[in-house]
Amino acid sequence: MSADLTPRPAGPLDGPTPATAEATLPPDEMPPTASPSGARRRPGASFFVGLGLVGLVVLMALVSFVWTPHDPTFVDASARLRPIGDPDYPLGTDKLGRDVLSQILVGARTTLFVGLVAVGVAGLVGVPLGIVAAMAPRRAGEPLMRGIDLLLAFPALLLAIMFSAVYGGSTLVAMVAIGIASVPSFVRLVRSGSLQVLSTEYVLAARAAGRGPWAIGVHHVLPNVSGLVIVQASVSFAIAVLAEAALSFLGFGTPPPTPSWGRMLQESQELLFAAPRLAIVPGIAIALAVLGFNLLGDGLRDHYDPRMEDRR
Amino acid sequence: MLLQILRRTATLVASLVVSSMLVFAFMALLPGDPARVALGVNASEASVAQMRQEFGLDRPLLSQYVSWMAGFIRFDLGTSYVSQVEIAPQIIDRLQVTMWLVVCAMVLALVIAVPLGTVMALRHRKPSGLVLSALSQVGVAVPAFLAGILLITVFAVKLQWLPANGWTPPNEDPVQFLRQLILPVLALGLVQGAVLTRYVRSSILDVQREDYIRTARAKGLGAGRALRRHGFRNAAIPVVTVLALQLATLLIGAVVVERVFVIPGLGSLLLDQVANRDLIFVQDIVMLLVLAVLLVNFVVDLLYLVIDPRLKVAT
Amino acid sequence: MSVLAAETRPKDASTSRVLDVQGLDVRLGRFHLLHDVTFSIDRGERVGLIGESGSGKSLTSLALLGLLPDDAHVSGSIRLAGVGHDLVGARERDLAAIRGRDVAMVFQEPMTALNPTMRVGDQVAEVITIHAGRGGRDKRAARARAVELLDQVGLPDPGDAARAYPHQLSGGQRQRVVVAIALANDPSLLVCDEPTTALDVTVQARVLDLIVRGVSARDAALLFITHDLSVVATVCERVLVMYGGRVVEAGPVTEVFRRPRHRYTQGLLAASDLDSAAAGGRLPTIRGTVPSAGTFPDGCVFRSRCDHATEVCATEPAWAGPDPGNGFACHHPAGAERAS
Repeated sequence: MSADLTPRPAGPLDGPTPATAEATLPPDEMPPTASPSGARRRPGASFFVGLGLVGLVVLMALVSFVWTPHDPTFVDASARLRPIGDPDYPLGTDKLGRDVLSQILVGARTTLFVGLVAVGVAGLVGVPLGIVAAMAPRRAGEPLMRGIDLLLAFPALLLAIMFSAVYGGSTLVAMVAIGIASVPSFVRLVRSGSLQVLSTEYVLAARAAGRGPWAIGVHHVLPNVSGLVIVQASVSFAIAVLAEAALSFLGFGTPPPTPSWGRMLQESQELLFAAPRLAIVPGIAIALAVLGFNLLGDGLRDHYDPRMEDRR
Repeated sequence: MLLQILRRTATLVASLVVSSMLVFAFMALLPGDPARVALGVNASEASVAQMRQEFGLDRPLLSQYVSWMAGFIRFDLGTSYVSQVEIAPQIIDRLQVTMWLVVCAMVLALVIAVPLGTVMALRHRKPSGLVLSALSQVGVAVPAFLAGILLITVFAVKLQWLPANGWTPPNEDPVQFLRQLILPVLALGLVQGAVLTRYVRSSILDVQREDYIRTARAKGLGAGRALRRHGFRNAAIPVVTVLALQLATLLIGAVVVERVFVIPGLGSLLLDQVANRDLIFVQDIVMLLVLAVLLVNFVVDLLYLVIDPRLKVAT
Repeated sequence: MSVLAAETRPKDASTSRVLDVQGLDVRLGRFHLLHDVTFSIDRGERVGLIGESGSGKSLTSLALLGLLPDDAHVSGSIRLAGVGHDLVGARERDLAAIRGRDVAMVFQEPMTALNPTMRVGDQVAEVITIHAGRGGRDKRAARARAVELLDQVGLPDPGDAARAYPHQLSGGQRQRVVVAIALANDPSLLVCDEPTTALDVTVQARVLDLIVRGVSARDAALLFITHDLSVVATVCERVLVMYGGRVVEAGPVTEVFRRPRHRYTQGLLAASDLDSAAAGGRLPTIRGTVPSAGTFPDGCVFRSRCDHATEVCATEPAWAGPDPGNGFACHHPAGAERAS
């Protein structure tokens, strides 16, 4: 009588298939720590805080479409540099008498718009490229990845400066530059995720069943890397918000008079001694938006990748 | 080992050639004639044509590229066709200023990140670790130029301890140099430090979960010693990768921070030339920045060979 | 033919306890992971610890080395020969002094158990220098001793092997290195946690042989954790069966494997009995899966999966047997019938 419970290829002691699924005993794991249930974790605090902050920014943008306290671009010489808490202007006014709160609300629109388009472009380009790089034969996949690595030498800011040198700054320049610069992170992440999926047994089974690469890519790889993509999209969005602010700050982003948080910061600089609040208010807006997307990304990562638990 | 170095050198050279072509093609092929851009829309056809001839912009693209590259290798970049100033000496001049910022900020970031990230990893379930983690998360969300502005408001405007902006070369007035250096370095370094801290933390958390740390503890090493003797070197591998990317970020981030603190560095030069519409000058600076980024990556690749013995034999 | 015909050493008359575990209880947060675990191992004795994943085997081994997570609440007592104090509640500094010297461990994954950035010889030498005390052996002597040990565990060219990095060795060779580290200081107790599971079948037998010889040569006690019953039958004299963080059955291997009393042991054996599979075509299985920690039923932990469970099983079964090393805890034990 042989007593062998381990799932493994036939060995000297093995007769027929040793055991059915219930009796095969996977190796003992380390003692359970945070999630002994083994189930997907409930979303943690970072997820909800992130969601709340992102929701706030989205809400600000949406509200700005139907209502702002004042016209954000209206120059009112009689209401210049009102302080925070002014009955008419809750967040005060800038040196031209424009309402800061209204500018912040409309600025959220700019931030989200640029981020959405940039991350969307990066995802649409990066995800298919990543899957292709994973599935393509080595001699095709390798040069592709080299090219992607090379793109890392061109950060968003540098690309935007190059574009602006030729065309001048614009919202489009900002979106395209940030979008291109965000492509490599998508490609690399999706490629490594796809490689993992491709090495699983169900893909092997699908291959054995004669399914073509196209079907495997669409039906097996794509759904399984979607979690990674969502996490990366959130993180890339945070980076896009930062980049957009920096570009507007340098004058390469959305041109005036459309309000943008980065340019509000830039305009505040000459009045730093007189009215630091003009810098602090848009500064807080930028930081909260970035924080929100980063936390949301972290929270989603916990959800999709249980190995990353305890990272908070 | 030697083979590995050669392979990486070949990669570097290939990357340089491809990226220089990209930069050149970007500037040369996009609609937008450098001479027309430089002289403005109101310039006469004749003056544009004259300028094109003077700076060789009428030659075939390939010959333009070759002469640009040849100049770049000898670091003879000619004179600016807008300001008529020698380009190379200006770049070197400005690069020195930027290097001060970048190197000091990187050192500051490391000094912050390595101990703090380790502490955060070791206490990741205790309240102190969570508070530090939340703080670093906030630090990551603050862009360097915003940090700069906030630092100015606090230390220059409110407390008046330090000058709000400006730059003095160290050999002219070392004290003033330091006083003016502190805030921009803090702005760059604190933010990068926050980012790096999170990488150090997660990298150490990862390593702590490794079986060989358990082996080390089973040998009789305490938790701290096991981490020091077996963990740090392994944890350094992913951190070094990030370090390379961060140096690139710092180099580019310096562009914005120089603008905040009115520092005459490479970034300011770049922005000035964009404003001057001097495309060739812009092209040179961009290429230099790309070169710097690629060189950093090359050095990091070599560092890997030292840190990780697995790579010495890997193909 | 029977693998149960393992060499059973005659029990030494002058038995001396190496390990004595009394009422070991481990809680982690809300979860009660080990429940009144009591057993002992004598010098030169080889004891198997079996059970499915999640039954508490690995946790027990970590407790023996004092490597439980910091936030675990441990009660009961773990006494080790040659150590003047209880391991439960001992200071980390005292535990560290014991680990690698009095008790050593071989882990499951040889691919990851060694530091990839450190030479193999240095990793063996380290465990020697750690416990050498001040002014003890110098580094060179430790390194020479490491080469000796690598030779003993059967690595070809031990001198070269000592200078190699782990990635340059095969899985079996790495596990030999891990064994060399574990045996370096002649521990009185060696704990092996699935040491051969990750290895090729052909290599398994050789590594098992190495462990058994190493332990015998030192007259050390061996606690061998596995879910491979054939390995237990080959290597061990006594066996402990764990389920739900409890020892549910214990006794000599021949007795327990021939005549299991606890219904869980019976199920384990039946599920791996290839003779009946050959006859009947399909292996019997234990129904359901191991509950996750904290969700075991009260009373008899096995009753949620047991075909023989009745109302009385809602109360905790008492230990039936002459001593903790021989007996079982079951309300409806398997009778005289053959287990297979």
